[in-house]
Amino acid sequence: MSDLTHLTISQARAKLRAKEITATEITEAYLYAIERANPALNAYVVVTDDKARDMAKASDAKLAKGEGGSLEGIPLGIKDLFGTEGIHTQACSHVLDGFKPHYESTVTANLWADGAVMLGKLNMDEFAMGSSNETSYYGPVVNPWRRSRLDTVVMPTTHQGDGGFVSAGGTRTARTLDNAQLVPGGSSGGSASAVSAFLCAGATATDTGGSIRQPAAFTGTVGIKPTYGRCSRWGIVAFASSLDQAGPIARDVRDAAILLKSMASVDPMDTTSVDRPVPDYEAAIGKPIKGMKIGIPREYRVDGMPEEIEALWQKGIAWLKDAGAEIVDISLPHTKYALPAYYIVAPAEASSNLARYDGVRYGLRVPGKDIVDMYERTRAAGLGREVKRRIMIGTYVLSAGYYDAYYLQAQKVRNLIKRDFENAFAAGVDVILTPATPSAAFGIADEDMAADPVKMYLNDIFTVTVNMAGLPGIAVPAGLDAKGLPLGLQLIGRPFDEETLFQTAHVIEQAAGTFQPEKWW
Amino acid sequence: MSVDLLTVKRVARLARIAVSEEDAERMTGELNAILGFVEQLNEVDVSGVEPMTSVTPMEMKKRQDVVTDGSKAADIVANAPATEENFFLVPKVVE
Repeated sequence: MSDLTHLTISQARAKLRAKEITATEITEAYLYAIERANPALNAYVVVTDDKARDMAKASDAKLAKGEGGSLEGIPLGIKDLFGTEGIHTQACSHVLDGFKPHYESTVTANLWADGAVMLGKLNMDEFAMGSSNETSYYGPVVNPWRRSRLDTVVMPTTHQGDGGFVSAGGTRTARTLDNAQLVPGGSSGGSASAVSAFLCAGATATDTGGSIRQPAAFTGTVGIKPTYGRCSRWGIVAFASSLDQAGPIARDVRDAAILLKSMASVDPMDTTSVDRPVPDYEAAIGKPIKGMKIGIPREYRVDGMPEEIEALWQKGIAWLKDAGAEIVDISLPHTKYALPAYYIVAPAEASSNLARYDGVRYGLRVPGKDIVDMYERTRAAGLGREVKRRIMIGTYVLSAGYYDAYYLQAQKVRNLIKRDFENAFAAGVDVILTPATPSAAFGIADEDMAADPVKMYLNDIFTVTVNMAGLPGIAVPAGLDAKGLPLGLQLIGRPFDEETLFQTAHVIEQAAGTFQPEKWW
Repeated sequence: MSVDLLTVKRVARLARIAVSEEDAERMTGELNAILGFVEQLNEVDVSGVEPMTSVTPMEMKKRQDVVTDGSKAADIVANAPATEENFFLVPKVVE
């Protein structure tokens, strides 16, 4: 039965429509896999078994009649940031204890309308603030990938019977899995871990500075952050409203295209939702990229970047060239300022968005001697260290006397970052190719990262520019490093040109193949 | 620019987060590390550059000024830690 969990969404879709399998069978297979794996991986914070079974049953009734939507009977995991009616929605924060919204986010409502089945809510960094999924109130998520080392094994010479050689000795190499637990990246670490470990067919995720693409790269999965405005933000717990975008994490490029088509919509409930029809992203897959212009930004070659990342990038360039694309060197001169500008803009927006968690309307309340004392005690107890840190930075940069020096300066630099991209696209570049992350997955409780918050922030150095400019970006697995860990490449496109990203990412996927962790859990 | 212990306590007060002496001391170091990192923005020449107000050029959506929602007081207070007759209960604020 566990085979069913290894089907991609497009494969499962075909089998469901052909009535070779039922939605109930595939849902049961996932529920069983989650039950077995979750104690080790901690990817789910809530499993909605009953709801999943009910939804699967309803899907089966439709499928039996030859009806059903584009995701009919496909079991998905939902990041805890998405409001789901009557179901645990806490952004993995203590301050939202017990919160069950009386509404459904637009993105998840779209998925259910298309027939998808909800398996449960996925772990994440608290309020989506983090790059390792270690800031969750529910504990860290574990990456299904582990480092491995290549050992040379000396084969013994063995004899069988009367001088008959079974093994003539000599040596061979074998991979041995290391026991060290690695992070899945963040903030959508639960989504990435669950997709990679076959605990859902696909997952929703959100990306404010790299929270879809970095965990996708760390787990050998595909993650796309669409253009700002493509997915409605309505019903999603807000972090930094001018940067937040929802998108899928999936096992391959086609599945990501299928999911985004369903998640994206035009929504009157979100004033920043863009008023243009959602294209059929899947149709872009398989189209040749001959003659396409691929920009290679020189500023993404950063100091201290491992050689393996550079080699991967060169491999990506070669694959696209082989497919007939034209490679051009480009310059995005303000790249290095994107991360510092982000660490003003995002905390500033977060400090106002998170002001609502005060113990009055929902979640945790810690009593105090007066109302201000109650607010302060509630927030002190309910918010984690990283969240407090960002609220403090945001409050400081927005406070009287500092607004111009920090916030206004950052928003001006943001315009320059956006202009860099506009210039490249105006010069005829169709898509930009970069590494997705400056390293492979690192260990849980990494001491360097814990000691210096800026070290952790550097994880998003290649992804954050895309949020600052509101552009679409996709991370696609491109290979394994020497320790056997997945590495990803990122493609950045013109606003609302997700189709070109799927088209190009598919070419990389065809050349690189797909990657699955060795099962140890 | 860097912050001292007193500034950190003032900012925590503005952010309505209770901090212990120990928290404030740790935060001072962390905040200064982050402020030191963002300092590099000052080297960018932004003369003549407007601050960004919207990442994608879009017209603000408007609709008729009519009531389209409401009558769900019970839903709104359903998640509150303390309520009475569809009101949120808070500690006394007026003497």
